[in-house]
Amino acid sequence: MSTGDAVSVPPEPDAAEIARLEEAARRIRVELVRAVNHARAGHLGGPLSAADLLAALYFSVLRIRPDEPGWPDRDRFILSKGHSSIGLYAAMALRGYFPVEELLTFDAAHSRLQGHPDMTRLPGLDMSSGSLGMGISAAMGMALGARLTGREIRAWVMLGDGECQEGEVWEAAMAASRYHLDNLVAIIDHNKLQQYGWPGDGPDGRIPPQVPGELAGKWAAFGWRVLEADGHDMPAVLRVLREAERGDGRPTAIVAHTVKGKGVSYMEGHYFWHTRAIRPEEFEIAMAELGEPMAGNGAAR
Amino acid sequence: MTLPMGRAMREIFGETVAALADEDPRIVMLDADVASSTRADIFEKAHPDRYLQMGIAEQNMMGVAAGLATMGLIPFVSTFVSFAVVRPLDQVRVLIAQTGANVKITPGYAGMFTGQTGMSHIIVDDLAIMRVMPGMVTVAPADDVEADLALRWAASYQGPCYVRIVRDATQRLFDSSYRFAFGKAVVVREGRDVTLMATGTQTPRVVDAAELLAARGVDAHVLHVPTIKPLDTEAIVAAAERTGRVVTVEEHTVLGGLGGAVAEVLGEHRPTQLNRIGLQDTYVQSGPNDELLDIYGLSAARVAEQVLAILGRA
Repeated sequence: MSTGDAVSVPPEPDAAEIARLEEAARRIRVELVRAVNHARAGHLGGPLSAADLLAALYFSVLRIRPDEPGWPDRDRFILSKGHSSIGLYAAMALRGYFPVEELLTFDAAHSRLQGHPDMTRLPGLDMSSGSLGMGISAAMGMALGARLTGREIRAWVMLGDGECQEGEVWEAAMAASRYHLDNLVAIIDHNKLQQYGWPGDGPDGRIPPQVPGELAGKWAAFGWRVLEADGHDMPAVLRVLREAERGDGRPTAIVAHTVKGKGVSYMEGHYFWHTRAIRPEEFEIAMAELGEPMAGNGAAR
Repeated sequence: MTLPMGRAMREIFGETVAALADEDPRIVMLDADVASSTRADIFEKAHPDRYLQMGIAEQNMMGVAAGLATMGLIPFVSTFVSFAVVRPLDQVRVLIAQTGANVKITPGYAGMFTGQTGMSHIIVDDLAIMRVMPGMVTVAPADDVEADLALRWAASYQGPCYVRIVRDATQRLFDSSYRFAFGKAVVVREGRDVTLMATGTQTPRVVDAAELLAARGVDAHVLHVPTIKPLDTEAIVAAAERTGRVVTVEEHTVLGGLGGAVAEVLGEHRPTQLNRIGLQDTYVQSGPNDELLDIYGLSAARVAEQVLAILGRA
């Protein structure tokens, strides 16, 4: 839904704002690695590739009230790639939805922080997810519902590039452009890897989930406005998210180029870190690389 | 003496949901391009701005419905039963049942009366599938009167529900004094010799079968079970105790539907000799309605004949 300011150019973010968001992203990575190490379960590659995007969304872009998670006029956000839940939980905890210490209950029985997001347990989750391809449909329903009820809100959804193999994604892409839902933004965390992948001549003998360079064209062919950005360059991330807020009559797809496992050198670009338990020495290296060398054994600060 | 014909349930569907939407601005109708068949087009004519064409894309439709529900709207989702239950089953499970979304899954073309479409369109196990899903309630109205009341109930119910709608005109069981009570079974004929339990549009045919049985000296008690989940355990046990002999009859596979549900209840609460009439683990071919009823043993005459055989009175 156009807000009538489509001709104005978003202000260039200042250095202090960028530094604040980069620090938020670093802490998201620290807390998610700590939680996964503590749980001895969960995913790493996907949450790490999404961390900068989540930081920009939760600490700057989304219109939200962490102390009033059910605020009717909030922006909606759905993590359709639900296996990256711990990245979302870390962003939410750091933003003030719940205590950071609670991240260490991730994956545990009776935890509000289920392996995949469960909206019936954790206030602030706008939709449950985990079965891939579904979040974009629910986000479309929210965008359409906002229009029908006259709410000036935006529905954001984050998908994986592997997830874009699901047929439902393209059903939603078809239908959303039919309704000209320019209050709907899909962010594709294009980290070029999936859990296992097709065999081929890529890294570790696997080829990417999408043919290189073709993802943007697919969304454009379904009638979406497509924006692309380096998903780890915070000024670029902020610029593209602000640009996405300016409706032009079409839903917007942001193809965010990312690196799976970003921030931990030995995880970067390797499909097998999609989900894997961390050994103690690996945990220490990860924390050191993320700027938390004194943290250890999953203890919360 | 057979029950009179009622109106086609699908027309009641379009009219009733449109009437509900007159009163409640939260009601919207989602369609996967079959509104002219399901009669969701009646709703579209009354409320064009709240008719939401989703295209031939049922998985997305279920997800959109869940999203709309979170915005405070009340989506009625309409397509054919087969494309509302099995094709988008995971979306129904994850986005609607697991979240408790206030979505009304009200597809048409339930049972065998589908306009001679054949087995791709004739779903034989919708009641079983929806019944076993945690968080989902399951309703199969008997006729046009009960369909109208069940749809009105669905709009007022907070949470996911499944109400199956039949395409063609079927016999009318109830008059205007009938009051649908969610979760309750209703005795529609008193008898002493055998208890017949039925659901959906099979019940009127079973009432007719009871008249045929009466002519053969068998006095049948008939219990109509419109709500398959939650099941009216008390009424089922009471009806079983009444005669000590139960036969379930359904336009559905005998596996997991009414027959399966009644077997569970009686096994736990009141072990009773039980026989199940219905589709015997088979798909259904295309054909005229009356012929299908005959072929699959669900016409009044065929039901009466099978009950007599079960009772050893054939």
